[in-house]
Amino acid sequence: MRIQALRMRASWLLVGAAGAALLSLAVLPTPAQAPYKAPRTKDGKPNLNGIWQANNEANWDIRPHPASQGPVYTLGAAYSTPAGLGVVEGGEIPYKPEAAAKQKQNFTDRLKLDPEIKCYMGGVPRSTYMPYPFQIIQGTGHIMIAYEYAGAVRDINMGAPTKAPADSWMGWSNGHWEGESLVVDVSSLNDSTWFDRAGNWHSDALHVIERYTPIGPDALQYEATIDDPKVFTRQWKMSMPIYRRLEKNAQLLEYKCVEFAEEVLYGHLRKQPLQGKGDSK
Amino acid sequence: MRRYVLSSLIALAVVSLMSAPVFAQAVVAKPAPAAKAWTMPRTPDGKPDLQGVYSNATTIPVARPAYLGAKEFYTDEADKVASAAQAPAGRGGRGGAARPAANDPEGGGTLAVHYDTSQFGLGGATVKRAASLRTSIITGPEGRVPAVLPEVAKAAQERRAYQQAHQWDSAQNRPLAERCITWGFEGPPMMPVGYNSTLEIVQGQGYVAIVQEMIHDTRVIPTDGRPHGPAEIKRWMGDSVGHWEGDTLVVETVNYNPQVVIQQQQVSDAAKVTERFTRVDADTITYQFTVDDPKTWVKPFSGEYNMVHIDGGLYEYACHEGNYGMANNLSGARATEKK
Repeated sequence: MRIQALRMRASWLLVGAAGAALLSLAVLPTPAQAPYKAPRTKDGKPNLNGIWQANNEANWDIRPHPASQGPVYTLGAAYSTPAGLGVVEGGEIPYKPEAAAKQKQNFTDRLKLDPEIKCYMGGVPRSTYMPYPFQIIQGTGHIMIAYEYAGAVRDINMGAPTKAPADSWMGWSNGHWEGESLVVDVSSLNDSTWFDRAGNWHSDALHVIERYTPIGPDALQYEATIDDPKVFTRQWKMSMPIYRRLEKNAQLLEYKCVEFAEEVLYGHLRKQPLQGKGDSK
Repeated sequence: MRRYVLSSLIALAVVSLMSAPVFAQAVVAKPAPAAKAWTMPRTPDGKPDLQGVYSNATTIPVARPAYLGAKEFYTDEADKVASAAQAPAGRGGRGGAARPAANDPEGGGTLAVHYDTSQFGLGGATVKRAASLRTSIITGPEGRVPAVLPEVAKAAQERRAYQQAHQWDSAQNRPLAERCITWGFEGPPMMPVGYNSTLEIVQGQGYVAIVQEMIHDTRVIPTDGRPHGPAEIKRWMGDSVGHWEGDTLVVETVNYNPQVVIQQQQVSDAAKVTERFTRVDADTITYQFTVDDPKTWVKPFSGEYNMVHIDGGLYEYACHEGNYGMANNLSGARATEKK
């Protein structure tokens, strides 16, 4: 009896230990190993200069999602949604109930509402994982991030933090170094950008802390901690690797998309409707 | 009365940017005092440090007023004032009585202009400008943009006539600036804008990036010796590559989008612009440019102005995102047609 009880206790302990191990795997950001030390700029900072791009499906939906039919049937398989494992840590966005309902409505009305369709600047963090490259130009007092999509740009102030005079699409960025990581506090974002094409959204109370951490010569780990008490019940975090564009002639090109959005925005106000151009009304 | 005079001066200052000669004596940054041995600041990798936020606002007209002939520089500030007083009245002269500001009803202005730049602290009196005794931005004895080729002039006239007749047909018929595609001053060559004439330079390894506040356009210029990109890829701000000649950053730009306009002319696929950035003191970059497009103008032309360092940052100019005017104008046009 006693032996059996001991055995049972031991097996419970084993299960407990295994569970704890699993849990710690899920919670710990990286397996234990010496952190990667990035090459340095001439002034001794981790060198983040380069052209970078995410390679995931987060722009479709930052949550885990299966493949599904896209919103424009005429585009068939070319513009349907690929499955994605999601980039939200824990998988779930902690919406307040009414905010979760608004996301569903956004998704239903996404062809009318998605700011990406209108060529509006992507905001933070969405600009990081839109399917376009961005370039980090690491100056001495300022770090500039230029995004190909919509020609959006951020100027990260690396000096004493300053305050935004007003809300904006790309927000107000104050940065500093923490070891290998560039940490950027992004505030004064407006309420008009989304997190993805699935209608995941935020209010003008959004406050984002970004971390860019080199994990190899050609990859950064990107983390964004999202705080918006008007929309979410708690802070949450997304994370993903972003990769260097390794083409020898890699460069940021122009995606000045206003031209491509004019028909969808103003087509109904044309004098003569476009002939044979699909859905434009 | 003082308000009236001030806003008139601001209006004139703004107008003068477009082509009129200097008249207004607005706030001008004092020339640097006799320099205490200034040395070129350098980035950690040893290149001249051009980084910072600059204003390229100026009251210097693009083209030299005809009455100044081949005079490229005023001798001093007094000469500038005296010359303005001798200017003939009317267009091309700018002498005579100051025109009332269009947005000042008390001064007799009639238009309800909503861009009252003085209200927003953007007017001529609040903007820092580099000091200069130049009589025009375009350099050389003629001091003006040369003539275009006859066939170019004819094509431009036809285009204008068509646009005039179809200007409200669709968003695509509106000017590029109204569509928030390009403001028309981004260049290259970069030219002063009526307000928010502000730009920022950041230097990273192998690159110089220039952001112009209007319309938040970033030019990322490689300085690592690579050639231009493929000629198939035309761009709104062209395809720029740079290199250092001594302490001067030299930038060459080709492959312009065929709709790009430089000095009121659509450029051709042969357009090439060369810019030179030279930091000349703690606060000033001298900016020089040459526009060479043998399929558009009868000869190349060059220009020069100074940009001056300013405190404070660059702010987001979200033009397209706030372009309510486009929908309002077009729906107004449709409503008018129904009357």
